[in-house]
Amino acid sequence: MSTADPPLRTFVAYVEDQPGVLNRIASLFRRRNFNIVSLNVGRTQTPGVSRMTVVVEADDDKARRIEANLYKLVNVLSVEDITRSPNIVRDLALIKVFAPPEKRSEVLQLCQVFRARAVDVGPDTLVVEITGTQDKIIGLLTILEPFGVLEMVQSGTVAMTRGSISDAARAIRDTSNRGIAAA
Amino acid sequence: MAAPSTDPSKPLKEARPDKGLRTLTGAQILWDALEEQGVEVVFGYPGGAIMPAYDALPGSSIRHVLVRHEQGAAHMADGYARASGRVGVAVATSGPGATNLVTGIANAMMDSIPIVCITGQVPSTLIGSDAFQETDFTGVTLPITKHNLLVTRAQDIMPAIKQAFYIASSGRPGPVVVDITKDAQNQSCEYQYDPSPVRLPGYRPDRQPLPEELKEAVEMIQSAKRPIIFCGHGIVRANATSLLLEFVHKTNIPVALTLLGLGGFPARHERSLGMMGMHGEAWVNTAIQEADLIIALGMRFDDRVTGNLKTYAPNAKKIHVELDPAEINKNVKVDLPLLGDVREILRQLVPHVERAACEEWIAHIEALKGDSAVRDIKDLPDSGQLFAAHVIHDLWRYTEGRALIVTDVGQHQMWEAQYYKHDHPRKLLTSGGLGTMGFALPAAMGARLACPDDEIWVVAGDGGFQMTAAELATCAQENIKVNIAVINNGFLGMVRQWQQFFYGGRYVATPIKSPDYVLLAQAHGLKGLRVTQRSEVRAAVEAARANAETTIVDFRVEQEDSVYPMVPAGADLHNMIRRPKPEIKSAPHNPIFETGDDE
Repeated sequence: MSTADPPLRTFVAYVEDQPGVLNRIASLFRRRNFNIVSLNVGRTQTPGVSRMTVVVEADDDKARRIEANLYKLVNVLSVEDITRSPNIVRDLALIKVFAPPEKRSEVLQLCQVFRARAVDVGPDTLVVEITGTQDKIIGLLTILEPFGVLEMVQSGTVAMTRGSISDAARAIRDTSNRGIAAA
Repeated sequence: MAAPSTDPSKPLKEARPDKGLRTLTGAQILWDALEEQGVEVVFGYPGGAIMPAYDALPGSSIRHVLVRHEQGAAHMADGYARASGRVGVAVATSGPGATNLVTGIANAMMDSIPIVCITGQVPSTLIGSDAFQETDFTGVTLPITKHNLLVTRAQDIMPAIKQAFYIASSGRPGPVVVDITKDAQNQSCEYQYDPSPVRLPGYRPDRQPLPEELKEAVEMIQSAKRPIIFCGHGIVRANATSLLLEFVHKTNIPVALTLLGLGGFPARHERSLGMMGMHGEAWVNTAIQEADLIIALGMRFDDRVTGNLKTYAPNAKKIHVELDPAEINKNVKVDLPLLGDVREILRQLVPHVERAACEEWIAHIEALKGDSAVRDIKDLPDSGQLFAAHVIHDLWRYTEGRALIVTDVGQHQMWEAQYYKHDHPRKLLTSGGLGTMGFALPAAMGARLACPDDEIWVVAGDGGFQMTAAELATCAQENIKVNIAVINNGFLGMVRQWQQFFYGGRYVATPIKSPDYVLLAQAHGLKGLRVTQRSEVRAAVEAARANAETTIVDFRVEQEDSVYPMVPAGADLHNMIRRPKPEIKSAPHNPIFETGDDE
């Protein structure tokens, strides 16, 4: 990890899995003029609890205010800014590239270098799945562009700290142990 | 110091007898759950989607006040909450009824006022179909509420009401909307009130500073040479006035107040400096710019308080006592945030602070006041002209400074803040953050129901008063008695003032005609009076107080008077537009004299 102030901050937030919660969070970012770079939300191992990864452009002050404002939402259970913790950050991308039979093996070889894999083959196309950081995905994309990228989709960033359980996750585990999360 | 009118920590009434498990409709559950929260009055307006609830209202002990516009209902709930410290309740139907509440909800949000708004919603089966009078009200109010809830089943109504009251009144208070579908009101279910505390895993309203932070605060306070205390709305909301008084008695540090903090520290206390900010007196703002320590208690460094942030209080270290972590370093970078309830933090600080060595500093601030007192407009001999400052000053004098004043928004609001010296908390209710014209009359009506024994005066301009004057009919129907001082200058005065100062004197859309307020009052079966001379003020104030009905006094004041001093929006706090020099006082249309120090 770089020690310089990163322009991008990664937050992990545990939220109640209820209708409108994503809207509340998106509305908060819009209202406070915080620019979302990436937002991912999905279920966790705890029923009724979703986990979000939000990547935002923010300096230290703004990052603190984002965290404080997220905590003001009643449905937000815990928040952690994991930017400076050792962490694993991943995006998943599917890239549909123009690959007629004569180009196919060349494309596949290049994909191997990036540890991407082909998940679909059409008469003139390949769909490639790649998992990694944004840098890695952009690297592959740059290499594939000369062949003709027909479509592309990305998942949004998901992130997790390395090592033992993170503060945000511990907060959830502790509340569910007390039987409150289900209330 | 008089105790606040109500201590919110005490339950309103004894726990009600447990009525056991029974079958009720959602509508009946709603009123029962509201009674359980201690609700005695709601302000509302019926309509299609809330009709089942209204149909069940006669079975409840709760009084309903029928407003003339739902904005009035929200402001009444707001005024009730501000005056009492309890939660105010407004009720409206779906669609237009709900959207009419929006201004009042946003107003309560900006000033951290605990209100609960209950709205009807179209039946759950029709949601999303653009049904008659359907509005996505939880969507609409998402950014202007502390929280909101959509309830679609009868059995969810009681937990939603419990949550709403808990969230509205705990931590930093704010408005909560409970949107209840018509079918949920109509359904029946087994019901028993659950008195157990509300449990919300993601909601942590209580915070406490660390002991070492408190120690650091004490050290900063003891080593300051030019300290100043800011008394904000948090002091009023937390009922912390007596602790602040103790703190000041021990430390001798002078106190400046925000608009919403007025009354949180007695105006007549020798350490009170008065209001800070855009229309604060020059000596107050100058003292802030020269201070070496700011102890900010329950305030949020609003732009009307700070002016240009780059030049704001450049020499001062800042201690920020605040309940809401999102306010820390939002506008002003602070050196020491103390997160928590301001009353609790003062309680912990008071035993450790000692008299600050700031005699020189106090003498310096006294000197900054200059000869303002002798030139103050209120003390000048009667020239035959009636100035708003006269009206407010005389109102203060004849009500012995004890009235509960509810102001609207504009010039009169600032004159009130300058000339009515509030010595007690919750005796000035005003729309600070949102600056909502039309707030005063309905908020005063809400305050009347919270404080039946107070003398209540609306102080409103002729513009804002006309925005919600329809509520006069509510006063008449519900026998709600308030006194109304319309500071009538024939202009949207504050906008006119800005046009005079910043837009080349082009008075675009600011001259405003009023109805005959005496006739308007009479048309409602109320009383009306007109005052054009200062010598008539006293008799009018006394007549209004004596009347059993709501009484309007139409004060015809100087038309083109301006509020001084003034820090233009975004300017440095020390760069005030001062009152013009006294030699021009004889100019016929310039009623402007010093009260601040001169340049």
